[in-house]
Amino acid sequence: MQQCLNIDPGKCTGCRQCELGCSFAHEEFFSSSRSRIKVFDLHDQGLFVPYTCTQCADAWCMAACPVDAIQVDADTGAKTVDTGVCVGCKVCTIACPFGTINYVSATGKVAKCDLCGGDPACVKACPTGAISYIDSDTAGFSKMQQWVDKTAAQHNVQT
Amino acid sequence: MKHVIIGAGPAGVSAAEHLRKLDSTAEIVIIGDEAEPPYSRMAIPYYLVGDIEEAGTWQRKNGKHFKNLGVKLIHDTVVSVSPSSVRLKTGKRINFDRLLIATGSRPVQPPVRGLNHPAVHHCWTLADAREIAKRMQKGSEVVLMGAGFIGCIILQALVERGVDLTVVEMEEHMVPRMMNAEAGAMIKRWCQARGVRIITSAHVIEVAQQTESEKTDVIISTGEALSADLIIVATGVRANLGFLEGSAIAVDQGVVVDRQLQTSIYGIFAAGDVAQGPDFSTNGTAVHAIQTTASQHGRIAALNMAGRKVLYHGSLAMNTLETLGLISTSYGNWQGVPDGDSAVAINADAYRYLSLQFDGDVIIGAIAIGLTDHIGALRGLIESRIKLGLWKDRLVEDPYRLMEAYLARTGPG
Amino acid sequence: MAWNQKVLRVDLSNGSCVNEALNMRWAKKYLGQRGLGSKYLSEEIDPTVDPLSADNKLIFVTGPLTGTCASTSARYSVVTKGPLTGAIACSNSGGQMGAELRMAGWDMVIFEGRSAQPVYLVIRDDKAELHNADGFIWGKTVWETESAIRAKHGDSQMRVAAIGAPGERGVLFSCIVNDQHRAAGRSGVGAVMGSKNLKAVAVRGTGCVEVNDPDQFMQATNAAKAVLAEHPVTGQGLPAYGTQVLMNVINQSGALPTRNARDVQFEGAENISAEAMVEKRATDNKPNLVRNAACFSCTIACGRISQIDRSHFTVKERPEYWKASGGLEYENAWSLGAANGVDDLEAITFINFLCNEHGLDPITLGATLSAAMELYDVGAISDKDCGGIKLKFGDARALVQMAEMTISGEGFGKEIGQGSKRLCEKYGHADLSMTVKGLEFPAYDPRGVQGMGLTYATSNRGACHVRSYTVGSEIMGVPVKTDPHVTEGKAELVMAVQDATGAFDSAGVCIFTSFGWTLEDLAAQVDAACSGEWTVDKLVEVGERIWNLERKFNLAAGLTGKDDTLPKRILKEAARTGPAKGMTCRLDEMLPEYYALRGWTKDGVPTTKTLNRLKL
Repeated sequence: MQQCLNIDPGKCTGCRQCELGCSFAHEEFFSSSRSRIKVFDLHDQGLFVPYTCTQCADAWCMAACPVDAIQVDADTGAKTVDTGVCVGCKVCTIACPFGTINYVSATGKVAKCDLCGGDPACVKACPTGAISYIDSDTAGFSKMQQWVDKTAAQHNVQT
Repeated sequence: MKHVIIGAGPAGVSAAEHLRKLDSTAEIVIIGDEAEPPYSRMAIPYYLVGDIEEAGTWQRKNGKHFKNLGVKLIHDTVVSVSPSSVRLKTGKRINFDRLLIATGSRPVQPPVRGLNHPAVHHCWTLADAREIAKRMQKGSEVVLMGAGFIGCIILQALVERGVDLTVVEMEEHMVPRMMNAEAGAMIKRWCQARGVRIITSAHVIEVAQQTESEKTDVIISTGEALSADLIIVATGVRANLGFLEGSAIAVDQGVVVDRQLQTSIYGIFAAGDVAQGPDFSTNGTAVHAIQTTASQHGRIAALNMAGRKVLYHGSLAMNTLETLGLISTSYGNWQGVPDGDSAVAINADAYRYLSLQFDGDVIIGAIAIGLTDHIGALRGLIESRIKLGLWKDRLVEDPYRLMEAYLARTGPG
Repeated sequence: MAWNQKVLRVDLSNGSCVNEALNMRWAKKYLGQRGLGSKYLSEEIDPTVDPLSADNKLIFVTGPLTGTCASTSARYSVVTKGPLTGAIACSNSGGQMGAELRMAGWDMVIFEGRSAQPVYLVIRDDKAELHNADGFIWGKTVWETESAIRAKHGDSQMRVAAIGAPGERGVLFSCIVNDQHRAAGRSGVGAVMGSKNLKAVAVRGTGCVEVNDPDQFMQATNAAKAVLAEHPVTGQGLPAYGTQVLMNVINQSGALPTRNARDVQFEGAENISAEAMVEKRATDNKPNLVRNAACFSCTIACGRISQIDRSHFTVKERPEYWKASGGLEYENAWSLGAANGVDDLEAITFINFLCNEHGLDPITLGATLSAAMELYDVGAISDKDCGGIKLKFGDARALVQMAEMTISGEGFGKEIGQGSKRLCEKYGHADLSMTVKGLEFPAYDPRGVQGMGLTYATSNRGACHVRSYTVGSEIMGVPVKTDPHVTEGKAELVMAVQDATGAFDSAGVCIFTSFGWTLEDLAAQVDAACSGEWTVDKLVEVGERIWNLERKFNLAAGLTGKDDTLPKRILKEAARTGPAKGMTCRLDEMLPEYYALRGWTKDGVPTTKTLNRLKL
């Protein structure tokens, strides 16, 4: 059973431990800007929203990559960037309608959530359970899908 | 079922792969006229800079990829198309059940005297790139004709190599098809600050051999003569349509296609730079010679070629460009519409710029300089036609609150 | 490692921003944040300078853990000579600002001199520049300033610390607010910033913070997070109720200073308590509390986000205050509420919003207003003085009006803006100012919690609860229960907590972790992050060194042991109700013992031997 990240903003306190866990897992240092998950603070609404890639089925980033630098991880289903292949053209960053694959000027490559190979660091770092890693067929997943559907770039195609 | 695809660019490759996914037994043929394995022009600047080898430009890295997929690659040029077959330069004829025209575009040859001079090179194919790479020596004088997208993406390579560079652009500002005047001026200022001479509102009239030197004179419309060792032509591209003459396939700026990406002839489709397909922003048709459209076209065309009736809601113009480290992006109808509001923030010192164009409370286009984080959300907002409500006014005050607006209007809030 | 080893020195007089190396010898002796900032200040200014003159300096300083994944490592401190007290001032703030400074590559920013024109500083990673604030954000609120800077500089992730108009005008308890509702709150550090014509500091850091031993650091921080999660205070009480969990507890203990400390219990306490904040209002069926919120990297999340009832008189006509924003902490609920005899939760939430919006310390504001109410009550000030406002204890409307006048600087608001010490002296009732060394004391009445009397009296920045929070032991039983009504052992307790607090305040973490963490928990994290051996003993020594350094500064600034005292009311007037009924604070039973334990003379001066031992 493949799993996915499930985010419940209602539980998020805005502590950014997920960002720290993410940057540490990938870079061995602490950096919000290098985290592939980002917490947004909708202060006036009293809401914090952790936000990252949903590993969408027809990955826009993957389709747009001109050099085949984005692959599907067979175990986790994550769309992962091969930084050895990425040339840094940024086409994926403008193609992803969720804005969850980003250019990193320090490396000259793009970076996105890779589900940490199936053991996401953000989930482990979250102190409130706002981010969990769940089976893809559970109710939580369909909730995430609804969120994704609202940004209906998927509606690009009508069948 | 036999699918023939003309063109081994991103549209053709994307279509071939999708066709294979949709039909494991179909015969799939790609005909490409360049010697190399299918490669990506988007990667050429990185080859010129020296970040990657030629193989780094290949669309698929596994040498056996197409063989493994059962996709046949033919190295040849299509000279004509009839309703059920294509004729190749080598004289061979290939029959098809479904045809995809994905022949991309080719550089425009501007009306300049002496453009056939050996110092003049286009920058379009990998073969062109090899020639330019050989000739851009440190200290050599280079004139780049055209400061559009193609011209701009190779600036880095030229500057890094230490050439003495002058750019001549016909329009009033740089990247005119992607940036407005303000943004174009900011990019120009950035490049000038890095030692590049940029001449806008001028065009090249003649390229002439200097009498007592190996160099050439590039005479421009201001009357000035620019000394050059190398002249690179990047004055735009045009759909590759020549071989369709007399084929009865309707063409305009490109091959005209419907929402299924089918041409005026049943069973013949077109995708990518060559196709004049549905335009998301205008509801008309347009040629969007960009990577994202190419890969999307390839997918939609494949679905329809395989018999799934799938309608495309149109391509959104989008592009992202890095000029000497300054990153700019544009989306959709960045020019705006009459009576539409806009949200513009200019920070000249920091080379940051963001312009959002609205139709009512929906974003329809945008230009950004110096903004890369979560930039794709702009596409989401535009293509999903998300009504921003109160957030529109907040964006007019500060367009950089884009992600907040996006999350507030799409998220769980 | 852990330290970025970079200091930004901003000379406001000539507009220069210079990058210099951090003095690592000092970093090894003072760790960071409060300790290191105090060391720099005491080395760089004459302790006798006028706090609001160009000769004073203003230091923003982080700790080595700031910006890491150690829980609560959000903190930065602002160190300067304080204008309310004339003593060394160090105010600690959370939010995102400290971490951003670190990710921009800095440990510390030192502001010196005074700008001729109003300016603000923008730090983008290694680039720092002063910009003109005149005609842009000068005169604007803290909230407007943040929005304007972000819009102008094109970065919605930029962190902004700013003063409001009161800080520009020199209101002595102005604070520096970052991230909308986090503040370097006490001691009037905002007035110093205003005196330098510095409106705001905006920071964006896209870099990173590195630690010495990443694996060991992850182990240590994970273990420490588990301690916080399992502890009833940090794992349950604070996240659910915030510091407001204390309102009913302290009231029941008879230690809630009420109506300018005339009483030690407030009959309306329940109405302004944590429990009241989560109760649905009759008017709109919504609770005051929207949610809890965390500072950067904090796994406790004590912060409150509140929304005021739209039909309440304070905001009915002002929809701009209908949004959610920083809600009441215990200290503020007390200072604006109980201290003034006001039990209108929405009214005090509103004033709390105003304090965040305009950059005022709500403790001193509330305490000064309560002193004014008592001056009014005893007839020392009249309706006329107050511009027609009947400044009666318990009157929420009068309280709100006077708070707004303080912000605008109109009429009697100008007097309030000087703090209670100057106010009460001016109207001939110096004794009515509940201050130590000029700083208003916070929400614990020393008659009901004896240790807090010694805490206030000896605190180097004036009356303050977070220099040695003995309430933990005396009321909450953390880490061990002591009797709040006895003085025996309190000198030792206060000194131990003061020294430990010095270490916590210098590491980059929040003092609330000390409910759960021992110094061992802290040492394990600091040791993994920083080069050098960081043991518990060394942290205690650092804490003690900091305490004595601050003391030395204050003595050189002209303060003496005579200033280590409490208002007459606390020493002479017995509590009238509650468990401490009949008690005063018996400071005289604790102070001499404290001096002796500290290795100070009986006049409160550190002996040469003590200074030598601490390498001062």
